[in-house]
Amino acid sequence: MKLSGWGNHPVEDCNVQKPRDKAALKDAVIASSAIARGNGRAYGDSALSRTNTIDMRSFNHMLGFDPETGQLIAEAGVLLSDVISAFLPQGWFPAVTPGTRFVTLGGMVAADVHGKNHHIDGSFGSFVDWLDVVGTDGEVTRCSRTENSELFEWTIGGMGLTGVIIRVACRLRPVETGWIRQTTHAAPNLDAAIDLFEEALDATYSVAWIDCLSKGENMGRSLVMLGEHASHSEIPEKCRATPYPTVAKQKLNVPFNLPGFCLNRYSVRAFNALYYWNGSRSDRTSYVNWNSYFYPLDSIQNWNRIYGRKGLAQFQCVIPLDQARTGLNDMLTEISEAGQGSFLAVLKRFGVQESRFSFPMEGYTLALDFPVSEKSIALVSKLGQMTADYAGRVYLAKDSCLAAQDLKDMDEVRVANFSAMRERTGVNKQFSSMQSERLML
Amino acid sequence: MSEGPVLILGARSDIGMAVAHTYAALGHPIQLAARNAQDLEKAKTDLEIRHQVSVTLHEFDVVDLDSHDGFVETLPASPEIVVCAVGLLGQQENDEQDANAAVLVMRSNFEGPANILGALANRFERRGSGTLVGISSVAGERGRATNYIYGSAKAGFTAFLSGLRNRMAKKGVHVVTVLPGFVDTKMTQELDLPEKLTAQPSEVADAIERAVRKKKNIVYVKPIWAIVMFVIKAIPEAIFKRMRI
Repeated sequence: MKLSGWGNHPVEDCNVQKPRDKAALKDAVIASSAIARGNGRAYGDSALSRTNTIDMRSFNHMLGFDPETGQLIAEAGVLLSDVISAFLPQGWFPAVTPGTRFVTLGGMVAADVHGKNHHIDGSFGSFVDWLDVVGTDGEVTRCSRTENSELFEWTIGGMGLTGVIIRVACRLRPVETGWIRQTTHAAPNLDAAIDLFEEALDATYSVAWIDCLSKGENMGRSLVMLGEHASHSEIPEKCRATPYPTVAKQKLNVPFNLPGFCLNRYSVRAFNALYYWNGSRSDRTSYVNWNSYFYPLDSIQNWNRIYGRKGLAQFQCVIPLDQARTGLNDMLTEISEAGQGSFLAVLKRFGVQESRFSFPMEGYTLALDFPVSEKSIALVSKLGQMTADYAGRVYLAKDSCLAAQDLKDMDEVRVANFSAMRERTGVNKQFSSMQSERLML
Repeated sequence: MSEGPVLILGARSDIGMAVAHTYAALGHPIQLAARNAQDLEKAKTDLEIRHQVSVTLHEFDVVDLDSHDGFVETLPASPEIVVCAVGLLGQQENDEQDANAAVLVMRSNFEGPANILGALANRFERRGSGTLVGISSVAGERGRATNYIYGSAKAGFTAFLSGLRNRMAKKGVHVVTVLPGFVDTKMTQELDLPEKLTAQPSEVADAIERAVRKKKNIVYVKPIWAIVMFVIKAIPEAIFKRMRI
């Protein structure tokens, strides 16, 4: 069947199996070189295999919860949205969440997702206690920091290339309410934005919306948004009736792909100017519910269709801390000169992270998306090379067009180690995605 | 507010499980009944963790008629709502030649479900309350060459539900007939189903919950099926018998 990632690019004809139990999963794995797929929220070709894509969404049972430690044991196909529905009313929230709640726990491990609290808490992997992974023989191996630790470390952030994650034990965080105290600070340019992030290292959550089309002294103007879990005593009267607000069923939908011309440099520039003006009127504090704070786009079903039939190309890189100002400055110059309007552009400070193959490292991450066109693909490639020049990294969960050589240039030792591990353990013969083939992992 | 228990017959089916989640989310205790019920331990834990309700497992074999009364007696609490999601599609071409297989399809889709709902209806009648939901099929609306063994059993079940509803109408007991059309489940995973006509199990479950709440009698899950079946039933037999549909 025709299959793609969330970016609708590339679209490939893939053979998909949907096993319902362990025996069927074993058969599916040993049939031919395979990749597991969760809810299809990776943007590019991370979860596509022409020969054998294994849809893991039937593995969707929650298996146990310990209210003493906040540890949840669940099958890998459980959606983060279901975790929130089940546990927020009991006072628990995911310790790390990406920008959409429609991801599976297995996908969160494979991409080692990060959230707005990375600078303090690190990535999702920091909260994973153990994993069950189906290996080349179709059998399950349990791994943790102390048991089969190599497999554990490579699987977190390993993009599904070490085996099929079937069970996850991860910790949730206690929260008093489902409300977030948000403060917004306007930064007139990139330097000011970075200064704001550096001053706000104690904030639990921080993220900036960045205008990639403004030039000159306004280049990199941003709205830096900080957030804290609100306590019960501080939330306004009207919020107290619903300390744990729930989400209504999705009402907004983009029923079909919009024509490609809807997003262009003029419409995006107009939007950016308006958004910045609105956000910069004053430094404001407000209480927003968890859903609109963490998942603003989730309330619009199929929002990816606003990019048109050709889809969208995502790009997310991280530039090491000491190079961040120069590196981001060069990249923003390149982007604004190319005139490719990125509708969603996000800047974020990452904290220190030691891991085998995960994306995050201490520095600044920039995430962009463009409607797919020859020009935007060329820009994304160029940005990939620039990332390599500044010794940064690219986020594989969003990539659909990086060249193998560029990945190698960024991360020579890590990539070589990853490939060597795949070779040594034999998983390279049993697990591969279109992305791993393209990147020669 | 404490909600009454919901009994799911054929709980291992995708529709049965979806119904269990829908009612558990509303705070109802859930009774899961199926063959080899102990295999449903994982589903029980999942329901309990997600919805904070009590879930019990009950051994139940729909074709073992003699066991039905005993089964009802052993339930921990008398259910407020019963949803019968038992069904066996069979393999038409094979079953045409294999009397035992054909009889099993008929008994699993008609005799068994009718008998257990009848037994529960008698108890509900004495109590003067309760809702019985039978999941029948649009295949029972008109026999077709490709699935008439299954379809005829479902036709019997639909007629049984209709009569039961009639009998119970003045006794405070409500009977709902559900005609789901195509549903994306284990039962149909080998079939190539048209997307627009195919419902997800959760849609069937939501339709059932709505029908029970609003005291509907007969519900199609996707409204388009009411039109499709109206047309199919309107075709004259002389023409219909030559058609391949």
